[in-house]
Amino acid sequence: MKIGVITFPGSLDDRDAQRAVRLAGATPVALWHGDHDLQGVDAIVLPGGFSYGDYLRAGAIASHSPIMAEVIDAASKGMPVLGICNGFQMLAEARLLPGAHTRNGHQQFICRDQKMRVENASTDWTNGYAEGQEIVIPLKNADGRFVADAETITRIEGNGQVVFRYLDVNPNASINDIAGVANERGNVVGLMPHPEHATELGFGPDTADAMRSGTDGLAFFTSAIAALTRV
Amino acid sequence: MNPGADTVQNAAATPEKEQPYDALGLKEDEYLKIREILGRRPTSGELAMYSVMWSEHCSYKSSKNYLRQFGQKVSPAMKKNLMVGMGENAGVVDVGNGWAVTFKIESHNHPSYIEPFQGAATGVGGIVRDIISMGARPVAVMDALRFGAIDNDDTPRVVHGVTSGISFYANCLGLPNIGGETYFDSVYQANPLVNALAVGVLRHEDLHLANARGVGNKVVLFGARTGGDGIGGASILASDSFSEGGPTKRPAVQVGDPFAEKVLIECCLELFAQKLVEGIQDLGAAGISCATSELASNGDGGMFIELEKVLLRDPSLTAEEILMSESQERMMAIVRPEKLDGFLEVVKKWDVETSVLGEVTDTGRLIINWHGEEIVNVEPRTVAIDGPVYDRPVVYPTWIDALQADSASGLSRDGDLREQFLALLSSPNLSDKSWITNQYDKYVMGNTALSYPDDGGMVRVDEESGLGFAVATDANGRYCQLDPAMGARLALAEAFRNVAVTGATPVAVSDCLNFGSPENPEVMWQFSKTVEALADACLELEIPVTGGNVSFYNQTGDVPIHPTPVIAVLGTIDDVSKRIPSGWQDEGNNIYLLGTTALELDGSAWAGTIHDHLGGTPPVVDFAAEQRLAALIQAGNEQNIIASAHDLADGGLAQALAESVLRFGVGARVWLGDLLERDGIDVTTALFSESTGRVIVSVPREDDVRFQGLCEGRGYPVARIGVTDGSSLEVQDVFTVNADELRHAHTRTMQEYFGAVVGA
Repeated sequence: MKIGVITFPGSLDDRDAQRAVRLAGATPVALWHGDHDLQGVDAIVLPGGFSYGDYLRAGAIASHSPIMAEVIDAASKGMPVLGICNGFQMLAEARLLPGAHTRNGHQQFICRDQKMRVENASTDWTNGYAEGQEIVIPLKNADGRFVADAETITRIEGNGQVVFRYLDVNPNASINDIAGVANERGNVVGLMPHPEHATELGFGPDTADAMRSGTDGLAFFTSAIAALTRV
Repeated sequence: MNPGADTVQNAAATPEKEQPYDALGLKEDEYLKIREILGRRPTSGELAMYSVMWSEHCSYKSSKNYLRQFGQKVSPAMKKNLMVGMGENAGVVDVGNGWAVTFKIESHNHPSYIEPFQGAATGVGGIVRDIISMGARPVAVMDALRFGAIDNDDTPRVVHGVTSGISFYANCLGLPNIGGETYFDSVYQANPLVNALAVGVLRHEDLHLANARGVGNKVVLFGARTGGDGIGGASILASDSFSEGGPTKRPAVQVGDPFAEKVLIECCLELFAQKLVEGIQDLGAAGISCATSELASNGDGGMFIELEKVLLRDPSLTAEEILMSESQERMMAIVRPEKLDGFLEVVKKWDVETSVLGEVTDTGRLIINWHGEEIVNVEPRTVAIDGPVYDRPVVYPTWIDALQADSASGLSRDGDLREQFLALLSSPNLSDKSWITNQYDKYVMGNTALSYPDDGGMVRVDEESGLGFAVATDANGRYCQLDPAMGARLALAEAFRNVAVTGATPVAVSDCLNFGSPENPEVMWQFSKTVEALADACLELEIPVTGGNVSFYNQTGDVPIHPTPVIAVLGTIDDVSKRIPSGWQDEGNNIYLLGTTALELDGSAWAGTIHDHLGGTPPVVDFAAEQRLAALIQAGNEQNIIASAHDLADGGLAQALAESVLRFGVGARVWLGDLLERDGIDVTTALFSESTGRVIVSVPREDDVRFQGLCEGRGYPVARIGVTDGSSLEVQDVFTVNADELRHAHTRTMQEYFGAVVGA
């Protein structure tokens, strides 16, 4: 099982996503934004960072990178695609996911261990969770406020496309506490928190058991593997 | 195009021409010295180069004579793991398994007052480029901050600006911020301190030094284009005090673009990995003047540059401005001619703009042409290395006698201790700094094992073995004001202890020495005492100083800041999974206080917060005891019997207890009776004294006997003072504070002055 992680100029969590793929049991493949070659991967992760310095709008320039044409094509054929933080912003800019992102409500960058609820456990990236499960995933962004027009919100809420919802604290003033969404088919998922930073004992969020022992994010990657295995 | 460039020929022909050396920050005798070196008047380009390179900031002319001690007071043990010592862009330490760590702390104080956001941002950018130029991948940053009084009207401007500048730049670089420290004191009102630390890792074989060797090798400038920002920054900004009513110096602050730097990091690492460069030098203070003269001085000695080939952001820049510009995100590489094509391919991949400026020569001269005319012809060492060295007057400040005589021991220790405890916990300097650290990414790279609010930050270096490093910074300016020598020892001892309590072994030091004007003989006395004490202390601890930076002229008008030598200690740990948490995670563990407590309240947070008092003599440091304490913690950790360890410093035992509760929300019942009796102290002293060599550890009950045996065997004083329990902090017969009240007291202060903590 090969999962590609695309590096854009300004990508920051690309090697972290590769590590998470490896910890989940798949083979990470480094993909380059300027190529048109997906190197035969079975799934794709668009990692976090500040691609192109987030100039223009976060994710806007990256969504026009050469490789994005291949990503859009593969996604339309059902390949699992996950966008994390800046990757989520790219997927929204590329119209693979609904909605858009603006500056956090409080106007500041925020880094915190974020509790959220899994609202849809049937997507390619969440089938390893139970619906309603509460998980803690590190969040770190400046432009994470999810926005969409009222009609879109009604539609995605009705379709079960809201995959994650913030609990306790809405860290960026996102509409309806939306932390992550999916496309209708459920193969493309994007979220602001960083599941790749909750996959390894000792380097994740604190839990009641022990310091930095949170691994709630690992199931994202095992879910994709399960989805691909099922096919 | 600047047709009027002052050529060497012209300079020789017009010796009488008046030159603005004064406005460029040069003294008359320095100007005359330049004329003597050259045997003629300098061209305006040469004058620009000498003025920035001979500035205090670049030349260390007032500190050089003292800093030599760091190279002289060295034992063989200190050299053992040192791969690169002082004098290079950053020191490099062997951490085993073929890995090395490089780290350095540097000031960006003056720009951060004028323009806090860009000043702090480019401070991070500059220190990170130092790390890259050693061939290392930057993996973490930290910052030591000093702001003015928290209730001053100007402080929010600086705090918001500095925090968001660091946040913006380091977050965009993808570097975890793993800690640091923040203090408020009116002495820093118009002169905040922004000291940025960066750490990088590399394999031994990837180590590179920046020098221009190999005649015919190309000199290549790459990265951002050169613009008009930061011109004269080094000479005018960093080497002159702010005076009221003077002209605003904003145009001399650089502007940073972290995206350009992130791309530059990856580009440089790929250039190193493919062995396409001989060396890379970063462009920081003094820009091209510094890079060319240092590369040439450290290499074969000669270099020829065609300055018009520099890619410009602003085509109207003069040759002198190009030489002095401090535009950020630029690097200079030395490349073999046959590797130039490969070099250009890599920079193209990263969309980094590049121009070949010239080559290494064997002339022994740095020659710079501007559109075919020679505008600089100097021996590079005279610019970069053999600058002026001053033996500035040193005068003992007699006011210190009265200050030291005014001990805090005479202050009333009768107050309501619960009230005092909460007042300290919520005081600006001891209160929670999540307001700042929540704006920093601590997760990126996935290797952060400890970070704020832990005593030190810790990062994994090698995923296979778990090998890692820990780092902590400390400085207590109040102590340094009372006694600069002891203050420096205290800063080193605390940073050393903060690393030791994480489970790591301290191995190296970097220092950022922030002082007032060197032209003030009393400041020079403080400086001389500090450096002497630090060099002696490092020899005693047998850990070398690997580099750092001196920042003078930190004063407004005639009032210097407290001496603030920020000491960074780096430690190594063979497996970060063995790290020791700083707080309590489990109920029912025994709490021990290691070390003894004496009546040492002079200069303490208690004296400052409760009595608004600064006087007396600071606590005494015993480095032999600190070493034994570190070894004891290490031994306990090896036996896996230490559940947590937390250093005692500002605010004493009471603060350390509170922080241990707050870290994970597990409370404690504490009793002081045995301690009071053993050490012969009163309750106030027990709670708030800042005696050194002390750590609180928690130990699982089943490991009690082994732990006590360990302490006994090593002859280190230990007292059981409590047990972890519930969620409140109860000090028996003194006070009880529940978890909510503790948290509220600890977190409210920053919010009151600067707005809500995001995401709290």
